[in-house]
Order: sequence, then structure tokens, then C-alpha cells
Amino acid sequence: MAADEPANPWFTWQYVKDNSDDLKHALITHIELTVVSVLIAIVISFPLALLCYRYRRLSGPVLGLTGVLYTIPSIALFAFIAPFPVFGLRKRTVVFGLVLYALLVLVRNMLVGLQNVPEDVRESARGMGYGRNRLLWKVELPVALPTIMAGVRVATVSTVALVTVGVLVGEGGLGQLILRGFNNNFYRAEILTASVLTVALGLTFDLLLAGATRLMTPWSRRRT
Amino acid sequence: MNLLNDALLWLNDPLNWQGPKGVPHLTYEHLYISFFAVFFGALVAMPLALWLGHTGRGGGFTVAITNVSRAIPTLALLTIFAATAIGFGNRATIVALAVFAIPPLLTNTYVGIREVDPDVVEAARGMGLSGSAVLLRVELPLAVPLIAAGVRTAAVQVVATAGLAAIVGGGGLGVIINDGFGQQDRPQILAGGILVAGLALVVEGLLALVQHRVTPGRDRGRLLRRRRTDADALGDPSGDLGHRTDDEERAVTVP
Repeated sequence: MAADEPANPWFTWQYVKDNSDDLKHALITHIELTVVSVLIAIVISFPLALLCYRYRRLSGPVLGLTGVLYTIPSIALFAFIAPFPVFGLRKRTVVFGLVLYALLVLVRNMLVGLQNVPEDVRESARGMGYGRNRLLWKVELPVALPTIMAGVRVATVSTVALVTVGVLVGEGGLGQLILRGFNNNFYRAEILTASVLTVALGLTFDLLLAGATRLMTPWSRRRT
Repeated sequence: MNLLNDALLWLNDPLNWQGPKGVPHLTYEHLYISFFAVFFGALVAMPLALWLGHTGRGGGFTVAITNVSRAIPTLALLTIFAATAIGFGNRATIVALAVFAIPPLLTNTYVGIREVDPDVVEAARGMGLSGSAVLLRVELPLAVPLIAAGVRTAAVQVVATAGLAAIVGGGGLGVIINDGFGQQDRPQILAGGILVAGLALVVEGLLALVQHRVTPGRDRGRLLRRRRTDADALGDPSGDLGHRTDDEERAVTVP
């Protein structure tokens, strides 16, 4: 490196102070994109998983299709949908892609969670006079909840990381700052601060969801 | 559909198949970057995983690596390496992607070694084989199917992610998409998407064949059976490594 090259440290508080508005805005956009995508994915995957659970023949095709979707690289997926005018360079393009990726993990874990409910448990609930719906809501779903929540955690953490690919369509949350830092003469402080924030956001979501799982399943706590 | 037609026209244009930004050269560059990324990733992950698996240590460590790597955006790592002294370009891309190849290689190799029937290892010891002989002549051959699964997962993931390198000055087929976005050339964007997705699917298919070939018939059935239940691993937050297979890994990290 040349001696007269200006200093380009990986981290400075000065950067954080000078750019707190940009950082805040990017962080909020990032959270918004993540939460919206995961919520939509949950809403779609829930009936899908229930259908696959009721009609076993459906589970092969549904899981197969979502599996193929998962093999498609994110950059290619955005390249498929962004050119169409309904999507374009907008947030909905990013959300659409993220929802597709979250689906596989969610459907799979919901399905496996339901399928792994012990037959004895189902049997005794039926013996107590539970109908199909009450069995589902009062017995099967609560028993499957830890597996379902594990899926939500994995989907959320991967979604946080994937949002950054949204830079392709100009809506990458913190990814925008990563790219701006790169284009701005390799502004290291900007690149690293935004990257660290992204990882921290993912881990924070994971911790929050882990805590929520504990609260929702008090009966499983004595495991340890 | 007009747009799709235009994209096919783009793919049919001989001009797009020539020179340093032509499809053949970019495909070659894409595969070259991916190959060396997996190669260097394996160089780090394999010996470590063999040692950890053989000694039975580090189960929590491999789980932690996998979980943390899930939270790290590929784009961030690609950009960070491009901003180091390595400089942007294919070398930085290879290093960044090698880092991402490590978790699936590490986990699968580790599990492969751990899952070798303890009786077999015991018998080998009883026959007087030394520790390294047990590892190299008993555990390693028996772990080949899972190692192959790990290589497949890592390779597919690297090929998929290599497309992103173009955003931060790297090469490969992602360049077509990135340039397309830069020029607002929608047919080119779509054409690039078709090429990148096609390459990922072809690599996935080829490596699935290889994996099938190196998996003995008896275990093929086992792998299929596990395929149905392996989401258990996702479902178990305590991270029982015993259930992890390639599918679980793929489910988590590919895009």
C-alpha cells in the first residue's frame, strides 16, 4: 500500500455519528422488509402445510416445488421477477422473492412438526371425544409448536441475510449501505458497520423468537 | 410474452456469445471461481472435520458455525473481502465464497465420521489399527456418502452465490444481470437470470448423480428415508447433529 494513501479504518465512531440517520433509515427498512416477508410467508405456508398434512399425496409435489425454488440463486430469482412492470425496482419485488425462499423452511417444519405428533397423543384425544378441528388446534398444533417455531427462526434469520440482495433493485435495507460503501471508494467503515448491523439484527430476531418459543411452550421447559 | 421473447432473442444473439463479456467466457469464469472456492473451503474444512469427528470433539462448535454463518449475508462478506488488500475481483470472490463453503463441508464430514458404526471402529481397533489408520481406512471410506452430500451442498451454494459477486466488481454470469440492471435492459436481466439459474440447476443435477454413485445401494434407501424426516434437525433447536443431512443444510443456506 502506498504510504500517502488516506486512512481507511474498518470502524470509527465518527462514521456512526455522522451517518446515524442513514443507518437508522436502512435498519428500519431492513426490519420492515424482513417482518413483512416472514409474516406473508407464514400466512401462505400454514394452509399449505395443513393441506399437505390432510392429503398426504400433496406433500411430495409441494415440497418438491418449494425445493426447486430454493435451488434457484437469489440473484436469478430477482432477475426473473424485476423485469416485469408489476414488480420493477420496488420493495414488493424483494418481498416476493423473500417470501418464496421462506416458504420451503416453513412448510417443511410445519408438516414435520404435525407428522411427528405421537399417535398415542392423537388417539387419546380422539378417545376423549375431540373432533378433527379441535384435535388440530388444541392438541396437534401445540405439540408441533416447537418444530414450527424452529422453522420460523431459521426462515427469519436467513431472510435478514437475504434482504441485502435487494440492492439489485435498490431496496436492500442495510445492503444499500454496504453497496454504497463499496462504490464510495471502498469506504470500509460504512461496509463493516452495515454488515455488522445486519448480522446483529439476524441474531436479535433469533433470540427474540427463541424467547417467544419458550413463553409459548412452558411444558417443554423441563427438558433440561 | 414479449419480455420473454426479447430475453430469448438476447440469448440467440451471437454478439452476446463472444468476447470477455460473452456467455461462454463468463460461464467459464463462474465455474472457475466456484471450483477454487470449494477447493479452498475443503482444504480448511476437511482436515478440521476429520480431526473433530475422529476425536469426537467439537459437536457444539460445528453447530455454532452453521448457525452463525446463516446470519451472515453473502453480499456483506463479498464486499468486505473486496475492500481488503486483496482488492476487488475474482481473488476476493474466491476467498469470500470459500468461507461460505466451509459450514456445509464441515458439518457433513463431521457427521459422516461420527455416524460410523462404533462397533466397526471397535473391531478395527481390536485388529490393531492405529488411530490414523482407523480414520483413513475405516471411518473416512464409510463417511464418503455424507462427505459427497456436503460437497454437493457447498458447490451448489457457491455456484448460486457466485452470481452476487458481479455486484461488487467480480466476474461470472452475474455480470450479465448486474449490467442489465445498470443499463435498465430488461431482456438482458431476464436472460442473465435464466443462465444463472440454469447453471445452478445443472451443477445440482450433476453432483446429485455423483453423490448417488458414491453412495452404496444399502445407504441410498437410508438417505431417502432420512430425507423425509431430516427436517427434524431444523425442528430441534438444541441442534442434535445426528439428524443433519445435506437436505437440511440446503434448506437453510442456498439462496
